[in-house]
Amino acid sequence: MLSIVVFLPAVVALALAALPDTSTPRRYTVPWVVTGLVQLVLVAVMWLQLPPSGYGFVEQVAWIPSAGISYHLGVDGLSLPLVAMTVVVFTAAAIYSLREHQRPKSYVLLFLALQTVSVGVFVALDLILFFLFFDLSIVFMYFVIAGWGQGSRARSAALTFFLYTFLGSLALLLGFILIYLAATPHTFDIPALAAQNPLTAGGPVAGAALLAIGMGLAVKTPLVPFHTWLPPAHTEAPAAGSAVLAGVLLKMGTYGFVRIAMPLLPASWRQFAGVVVVLGVVSVIYGALVALAQTDLKRMIAYTSVNHMGYVLLGVGAAGLVAETDAQARQLATTGAVTQMVSHGLITGALFLLAGALHERGRTYDMGAYGGLAARTPRFAGLFAVAAFASLGLPGFSGFIAEFQIFTGALGATPVATAIAVVGILLTAGLFLVALSRMLLGGLRYPDAPGTPRPFPDLRARELAAIVPLLLLATLIGLVPRTLLDTIDPASRVLNELVAR
Amino acid sequence: MVMMNEDPATLIPELALLAGAVLAVLVGAWTPRRRQGRVRVLALVAVGVGLIGTITAATKPPSTTFDTYVLDTTTHAVRAIVLVSVALILWWSRDAVAAHPRESEFTALVLLGGLGAVLMAGAADLLLLFAAFLLASVPLYALAGWAKSGATTEAALKYYLSGAFAGVTMLAGTTLLYGAAGTTGYDTLPEGLATGAAGPAAVGLVAVLAGLAFKAGAVPAHFWVPDVTDGTPPPVAAVLTTIPKIGALAAMWRLLLDVPEDIVPWPLLIAVIAAVSMSLGNLAAFSQSSVLRLLAYSTVSQVGYVLIIIAVGARTPEAQPALLFYLAAYALTNIGAFAAVAAHPARTVDEFRGLGRRRPLLAIALVVSLLGLVGTPPTAVFVGKLTAFTAAFDGGMAWLAVLAAVNTVASLFYYLRWIAPLFRDESPEPADESSESRTARHGAVTAATLSLVLGVAAGLILPLFAAS
Repeated sequence: MLSIVVFLPAVVALALAALPDTSTPRRYTVPWVVTGLVQLVLVAVMWLQLPPSGYGFVEQVAWIPSAGISYHLGVDGLSLPLVAMTVVVFTAAAIYSLREHQRPKSYVLLFLALQTVSVGVFVALDLILFFLFFDLSIVFMYFVIAGWGQGSRARSAALTFFLYTFLGSLALLLGFILIYLAATPHTFDIPALAAQNPLTAGGPVAGAALLAIGMGLAVKTPLVPFHTWLPPAHTEAPAAGSAVLAGVLLKMGTYGFVRIAMPLLPASWRQFAGVVVVLGVVSVIYGALVALAQTDLKRMIAYTSVNHMGYVLLGVGAAGLVAETDAQARQLATTGAVTQMVSHGLITGALFLLAGALHERGRTYDMGAYGGLAARTPRFAGLFAVAAFASLGLPGFSGFIAEFQIFTGALGATPVATAIAVVGILLTAGLFLVALSRMLLGGLRYPDAPGTPRPFPDLRARELAAIVPLLLLATLIGLVPRTLLDTIDPASRVLNELVAR
Repeated sequence: MVMMNEDPATLIPELALLAGAVLAVLVGAWTPRRRQGRVRVLALVAVGVGLIGTITAATKPPSTTFDTYVLDTTTHAVRAIVLVSVALILWWSRDAVAAHPRESEFTALVLLGGLGAVLMAGAADLLLLFAAFLLASVPLYALAGWAKSGATTEAALKYYLSGAFAGVTMLAGTTLLYGAAGTTGYDTLPEGLATGAAGPAAVGLVAVLAGLAFKAGAVPAHFWVPDVTDGTPPPVAAVLTTIPKIGALAAMWRLLLDVPEDIVPWPLLIAVIAAVSMSLGNLAAFSQSSVLRLLAYSTVSQVGYVLIIIAVGARTPEAQPALLFYLAAYALTNIGAFAAVAAHPARTVDEFRGLGRRRPLLAIALVVSLLGLVGTPPTAVFVGKLTAFTAAFDGGMAWLAVLAAVNTVASLFYYLRWIAPLFRDESPEPADESSESRTARHGAVTAATLSLVLGVAAGLILPLFAAS
């Protein structure tokens, strides 16, 4: 079952690859959308049948037994919401790209491959398998940015992205090998390692492993100061690529913390939780401040991602600080962190697709070039406002649920850090309000080639069909969070027990 | 010795290589220059026969033949690795050697070099080892000078002079060991060494190892590697940096396992050579702008990783599969990287700019090979390095594993320095299509694919190598 969910897009991609090359995009994009919808149904079925504790839908096949590597898949409450979010974001990107005219075949094939490895990362229960999916996501995303980037600098941005994240992933691998060597018998199996807990005592080896894994994940997340690849990659990537990069690929970093760093290195995690909290808070404030200074819409959204991922780190760090003392606080903080991952994926996906729609009409991301769009394009303005409010954490949206839990959980553990992080919310509120008032209010203004007025239509049905469901889900989670939280809670309880060992 | 096993049928792979080489010379002499292709076909048939012979022999229990030649997993694995390597190089070097005045000589010399490498791996007697050493050396000296241009003559001379020096040292070492142990056969060596003088034995062993280190291109006998690699055409460089290394490392393994640690503390010696090889190889590779020199130093560091496994060889059963797997992985990956260089006229890192756009498949093959040399999953060298680290860790040499990890991380930077330009914008001057080699391009893609297949199928291969 799980293998089908993971490899369905890859199989579809192989089938599509056999089709002759044509310029009609629908021949490729429609099957992509259908694949996403089928995957969604499968994920929904799994969600209903998820066992209350432990991993569900486990598949394990020996791969390289003498090196302790196996093909091991499984989902629990931490991964299933992220799998669902991944499929939703990809399907939205597919609907958005229905009319992709630029080499549609290779575009769809790349995204389908990316879809397979993205789902794969979240369900892999073997460190090497996780690493493989993680690395392949970097490779495919490189080609998306380099091949369909909008600027002439796309190739160099793609290369920067690749070099940073690839080096990070090798640091990750080094950490994995350290854990592998410390375990007896040597194994890369995540549940087995969690049960065995080879580095219980902490110490230099565990610290080095955490440092390597932490660096690898921090690059991907990205945390300040490893974030410099993010703004150019986002600026140059196509809209669907940006949505997937921010919505899904960044989560691989934060997911790595909850799936690998915390349960496998509990002692070191508790020891260095303070560092994690500080890094998270620095990312929150730095991301918000730099976003505030941007005039480029996409760069601004990119920096708010740094800010939002900072909250996740604050949550997991705080959970490490109070792991042994306060069961309720650690529970709130980790559940909030996972909720934040899902929420950010949906909202940022929507924001980047909206930015892409704007670029298609005005050919620029410069916020100064637009004004008074509320009158001309009410649907765009409405959705952008909703997305912006959701992103800044207004009650009623998923972001509020997530950030509220993180703050309540972290307040007892690190009051000062939490207080500083709350300032980040105010900053994002400010920057989104400024962006809204600049672009949507005031006199009508949009970029125009001299002499030839360009039409500036409102969002079309295709774009609405891609963006509205994302925001709808974000609102739904905000209004009735129980379904999601009830799934995450048991898994994060297990996680916290592992960390508290 | 009552039960003498002297069945020539046990040596089919070796005989096939020999017959192939002899036939290549004979047929080549009577064939017009335009039809020399048939010599290559003949050689490939010989390699095929050898492979079939290897597979059949591998199903039988280990034994010793002609008193001095061991038929066990190590020999079979080295036979297979060398034969596959020879076949790959002969195939993709077609464009480079076709219609060359000395085309059939190339084929014959590669086959003879392969034969020498296999014999080194199987030799269980110091005298046979030295004969095999000569067989793996002399044809390759000629091969180094095969292209007969200014740089190759210098490379061949350098290779020959250092080889002659290493050979003399090795012969002296053999004499000393014989004097100390009273025997040259590996099976009686432990007893002989236990009763003989320890000092001469240690000196003799070090001298024999020096000869093997020369063949393997390990520090401190690595000086020929960059000059020869840079001075010879890529197919020749691929042969010289792959085939003799496999034989020499396997020979080192076999010899050292029969030397008691308490008489000569060789694990520490090998560990130091390993550490110095990988570190110096990496440090020297950093500043190279010539891709051939870069690959040359990278092979020096790769030998260092293999030596880690040999250093812990007597201490952990994981060492044997790790060694053989690493050798196979290294051979495929290294051949892939050299094939990618041969496929393209570029010889400096900068000249590779824009290859990703012009030749996407070749660029991907090169990336797979280079990342393979780093040891990124799922390439074969990853499994090789992983098993090597594990063996070092379990064999009580964790410091070597740490050093190897540090070196691996460092090596990433010079490989990336080569990979990054591939995907930068096109170089201004238009590519010269005529100087590209189609067969080498196919060879690069094939070798890179095989290295991936070997990595993914490691679960099936490793148990085969673990059998005694």
